Amino acid sequence: MYDPTVARLTYRALLGRRRALILGALPLLLIVISVIVRALVGADDQTASDLLGGLALATMVPIIGVIAGTGAIGPEIDDGSVVYLLSKPLKRPTIIFTKLIVAIAVTMVFSALPTLIAGFILNGNGQQIAVAYTVAALVSSIAYAALFLLLGTVSRHAVVFGLVYALVWEALFGSLVAGARTLSVQQWSLAVAHKVAGGDLVTSDVGLPTATVLLVVVTVLATWYAGQKLRSLTLAGEE
Amino acid sequence: MAVENPVTAPSGDQTRIHNIGYRTYDGPRLGRSYATRSLYSQSLRGAYGLGRSVKSKVLPMLLFVVMCVPAAIMVAVAVATKANDLPVDYTRYAIIMQAVISLYVASQAPQSVSRDLRFKTVPLYFSRPIETADYVRAKYAALASAMFILTAAPLIVLYVGALLAKLDFADQTKGFGQGLVSVALLSLLFAGIGLVIAAVTPRRGFGIAAVIAVLTISYGAVSTVQAIADAQGSSGAIPWIGLFSPVTLIDGLQSAFLGASSAFPGAVGPSSGEGVVYVLAVLGLIAACYGLLMRRYKKVGL
Repeated sequence: MYDPTVARLTYRALLGRRRALILGALPLLLIVISVIVRALVGADDQTASDLLGGLALATMVPIIGVIAGTGAIGPEIDDGSVVYLLSKPLKRPTIIFTKLIVAIAVTMVFSALPTLIAGFILNGNGQQIAVAYTVAALVSSIAYAALFLLLGTVSRHAVVFGLVYALVWEALFGSLVAGARTLSVQQWSLAVAHKVAGGDLVTSDVGLPTATVLLVVVTVLATWYAGQKLRSLTLAGEE
Repeated sequence: MAVENPVTAPSGDQTRIHNIGYRTYDGPRLGRSYATRSLYSQSLRGAYGLGRSVKSKVLPMLLFVVMCVPAAIMVAVAVATKANDLPVDYTRYAIIMQAVISLYVASQAPQSVSRDLRFKTVPLYFSRPIETADYVRAKYAALASAMFILTAAPLIVLYVGALLAKLDFADQTKGFGQGLVSVALLSLLFAGIGLVIAAVTPRRGFGIAAVIAVLTISYGAVSTVQAIADAQGSSGAIPWIGLFSPVTLIDGLQSAFLGASSAFPGAVGPSSGEGVVYVLAVLGLIAACYGLLMRRYKKVGL
């Protein structure tokens, strides 16, 4: 199910040349802000929770997920070089699964790791906040990567649709319509974080059983359907 | 058995160039400014998907509708309830809808420049009479105009609705004018930032994500730090922090000079003195974007 060559090519496509620098700029910004906030405010649990929840989990993880998830397959389909990959004796689901693993790894490294560091800078993991948000970032990395990888195989405008989901649906509708929060990767991962932290600082609108089931279902379904889409992929011209 | 045909060597006096009747072009040459204008109008149409496939019309048109519908609803509410004022200021509207505006500039800026880079058509443009500056100016003006159409249309809806609802004419006209100035600056600023980022990468998808990341992450970071500064009681720092993201720049500028109420935490907008810094920052950023684009296209594809 895992092909090292495909993985190596995908890593190169995602992190090659200057892309790693741009991907690295976001986590760096988070850490810089954490240092500034710590210097201004001192160690404060509520502030740490607000910053990690609002900036790291709500904005940074989805954006890195979009870049890694769609970037793992989108550009190849876009410029047509995916035919050389598809013509090799590899199962299409294997290709998808390998690319998913790579996308998950990249998202985790560039979002969960800085979240942990920022959490420790902000309040030294008081009340398990840093660990809780790191777990949330890890969990949501998996779901986001699977979801956006699927989008990459379905549409040429995957990045836009991914961002519409991440920014408009989760951030805007999520804050206005309570029902939209049930269908949001962010809330599902917060439910897991709530279990880890245990306190009232990290809260979610979704119960843990529902969240876990939805996370697993979304990840598995998205991966399976992406494999199916890749089996019947037709290459069209530019637009 | 191969038959060797005797090759008759062409002797020099028999070669000649045949005149096969091609005619030279002796019509009018429309020149540099015409080419620039064509590039401008094609890019502007392209920013709304006109002259492109149906699929590429969907997104810009959808965002345009999403921009205008809330304005129409506000007008309908104001007319139905016979309110004395519109529920939202003209200057505030673009700040509320910033997610839509960011998505528009992120999707259309790479569309405008990245594909020229990727398919290596930039040298073809420069084989025409246009210069680097013409190309940059045409693309910048086209995207800024498209953004202005996107952001000014809902203001027109609000204004017409306000006049139909017989709200105070002078008051509404003043607010409408201030709103137009604010969205014009916003269009120039966002278009510049979007184009600079998109012109660096030939990959469309990556350009979109990079533009969105710069616009939303900087806003998220700035407003988070502002909220913390507000909670800590150091409200003097809030306007200075606002200098670091495009949306808060426009917000601060219009609350200092265009009579807008600030969306900053604690509603502390910058004072007039700080407002001058905001104006300088906005103009400086626009000039810097133009300069960076010129620098980028000096040697691109050649």
